[in-house]
Amino acid sequence: MRAFRLIKVAGKSIVKNKMRTLLTMLGIIIGVGAVIIMVAIGEGAQSQIEEQIQNLGTNMLVITPGAATTSGASQGAMSFNRLRSEDADKIRNESVYAAGVSEVIFTRTQIVGGNGNWRSTIHGVTTDYPVIRDWDLRSGRFFDASEERTGKKVIVLGATIADNLFPDRDPVGERVLVRNVPMDVIGVLEMKGQTPDGNDQDDVALAPVQTVQRRLSNWTFIRQILVNTYSPDDIDEAQEELKAIMREAHGLADWAPDDFEIRNQEQLSEAAQGTTEVMTALLAAIASISLLVGGIGIMNIMLVSVTERTREIGIRMAIGARGGDVLTQFLIESIVMSILGGALGIALGVGGSSLLGSSMGWATAVNTETVVVAIVFSAAVGIFFGFYPARKAAALNPIDALRFE
Amino acid sequence: MSESNAVIRVEGIRKTYLMGKTEVHALQGVDFTVEQGELVAIMGASGSGKSTLMNIIGGLDYPSSGSYFLDGIEVNKLSKNELADVRNQKIGFVFQGFNLLARTSAIENTELPLLYDRKNRFKNHREAARKALERVGLGDRVDHHPNELSGGQQQRVAIARALVTTPSIVLADEPTGNLDSKTTVEVMQLFQELNAEGVTIILVTHEDEVARYARRVVELRDGQIIKDVIQQPDSAADDVRDLLARRKAAQDLEAEALAGDAATTNQGTLDAG
Ligand SMILES: Nc1ncnc2c1ncn2[C@@H]1O[C@H](COP(=O)(O)OP(=O)(O)OP(=O)(O)O)[C@@H](O)[C@H]1O
Ligand SMILES: [Mg+2]
Repeated sequence: MRAFRLIKVAGKSIVKNKMRTLLTMLGIIIGVGAVIIMVAIGEGAQSQIEEQIQNLGTNMLVITPGAATTSGASQGAMSFNRLRSEDADKIRNESVYAAGVSEVIFTRTQIVGGNGNWRSTIHGVTTDYPVIRDWDLRSGRFFDASEERTGKKVIVLGATIADNLFPDRDPVGERVLVRNVPMDVIGVLEMKGQTPDGNDQDDVALAPVQTVQRRLSNWTFIRQILVNTYSPDDIDEAQEELKAIMREAHGLADWAPDDFEIRNQEQLSEAAQGTTEVMTALLAAIASISLLVGGIGIMNIMLVSVTERTREIGIRMAIGARGGDVLTQFLIESIVMSILGGALGIALGVGGSSLLGSSMGWATAVNTETVVVAIVFSAAVGIFFGFYPARKAAALNPIDALRFE
Repeated sequence: MSESNAVIRVEGIRKTYLMGKTEVHALQGVDFTVEQGELVAIMGASGSGKSTLMNIIGGLDYPSSGSYFLDGIEVNKLSKNELADVRNQKIGFVFQGFNLLARTSAIENTELPLLYDRKNRFKNHREAARKALERVGLGDRVDHHPNELSGGQQQRVAIARALVTTPSIVLADEPTGNLDSKTTVEVMQLFQELNAEGVTIILVTHEDEVARYARRVVELRDGQIIKDVIQQPDSAADDVRDLLARRKAAQDLEAEALAGDAATTNQGTLDAG
């Protein structure tokens, strides 16, 4: 009952001094709001990345030339490139789990045609590639097995290249020049968007691996072998099997480490997730500082108000308030203000992040955990920063407080 | 009267303030006893130590030396919290300034001491405060804030606040210092009525006009008691009645004079006609 009355007294004092209350709460409002928005942006980025990784294509395994670690030191991914078409063929012939297999070689070059020229990357791939990557065509068709075998000069353009070189028409049937080699455009890929690390996946052109190797580049090593399984459940077994096939293909002795790497979707996403987790933590840390500053703001105003209200404290003590009563009153005041500020901050944070989400097109996700943490934290701020001024008020002598001008 | 009847017993009290390097001796050995049901006026020039003595009696301050017993309890041996409870339960203090909370209505100011009543003697704080305000004649001003009240009304709110816990002792430091003569007499009437109900009252004043309503007058000079006399007090109620009667008579006279003027004017008009 007494506690309830003291809360009422604190509430009245808060309502009576609207401006002071608002200024006190402002720091907390902004702090809590900032934490929620920052965390929401971070988490949104994370879920977006997860989605994009899913988009890479399902059931996919990626074999890359291994960072062969001898005596513990990585020698770098490209230091020992030993992927060849023979490896891919061996997988095609021997693997039971592999549904499709595609070598990938890259060459960076200028593509001339239509409106001008465009610097891009040409991927040499096989007919399995669009299936493995789960990548449909916007128009035209993909090259077929015989075109691939004979190394026909055909090319499938990514959406970015197509839209830049041929903004006003469908490029299918047109001819482009790649390193002075005329190539027929037979298809255009559908838009796929950005990769987790911000690369434009559509800024690419696909050609038969034979064509790229023979006519466009003399780099015969293969950068990647993509494999997809029949079912996502097979991924682990497939990974084991591919490892065995690759080791045999490379003639590795039992004691020798792998000179290649096989990674699945999950392993690919882990790396990306690591970076966004760091980003989220960093954003939250920055926002927490503003929450701390908000807390100091509360202490500041409470301290000023102890001085400003010394007479009030004196009156209350003169009519029988104990030091503890005054302490409780001031503490309740600062806690109520910081919780109220926290609640408004949550409203600001939730509103702000959904507004950001819709206006900037960012994926933002407010989670309840952050909200709970924000409430607990702002109450803690109230207690922590309210205690010192409250104790100062409680320690006053009634007669000194009354005499204070 | 027997020793046990003394509600307030002050023995050899000294109070010394340190102002930088110089010592100010506000009280220099005061011995002073007040019996249950007395109405005492403490007089003296400004700076003679009246407020200092009242603050010690009221449990707001500790003496530098000497002892003070309230209802047989040695007050200067109590802890801060016990002293706070004594202020709350036993004493009603009316301050030299009114010391009301600003931006707080009369009734909220009045019920304030009940908030700190650990014995919870009053279930309904609002009701107790309303009664106290009615007792001082402010039943129709409960929701007014101090800045919406006259000086006399503010002083009466302060008295109501001192009365709300039904203390056995009321201490008032210059309760009429800021009031005109009519309001002064009204406030003194209130104190006399309370005293008649058995409340012990000590008030500070430097006006003889006020002191004449007290049965006992104590005079301080330079922190020492130089005079302590019993007298036959005047009745404030009578004076209020007289005052009202005189005012009414004056008004009647004025009205009569006005009527007379009107009559002569009429006469004049008739004469002319
Ligand atoms: N806090 C203080 N510090 C230093 N000196 C003080 C303090 N309070 C009072 N004094 C001194 O003690 C003396 C007595 O003061 P006190 O307030 O008791 O006088 P008073 O009789 O109430 O005067 P007044 O009629 O003007 O109210 C004065 O000389 C005053 O200057
Ligand atoms: Mg004084």
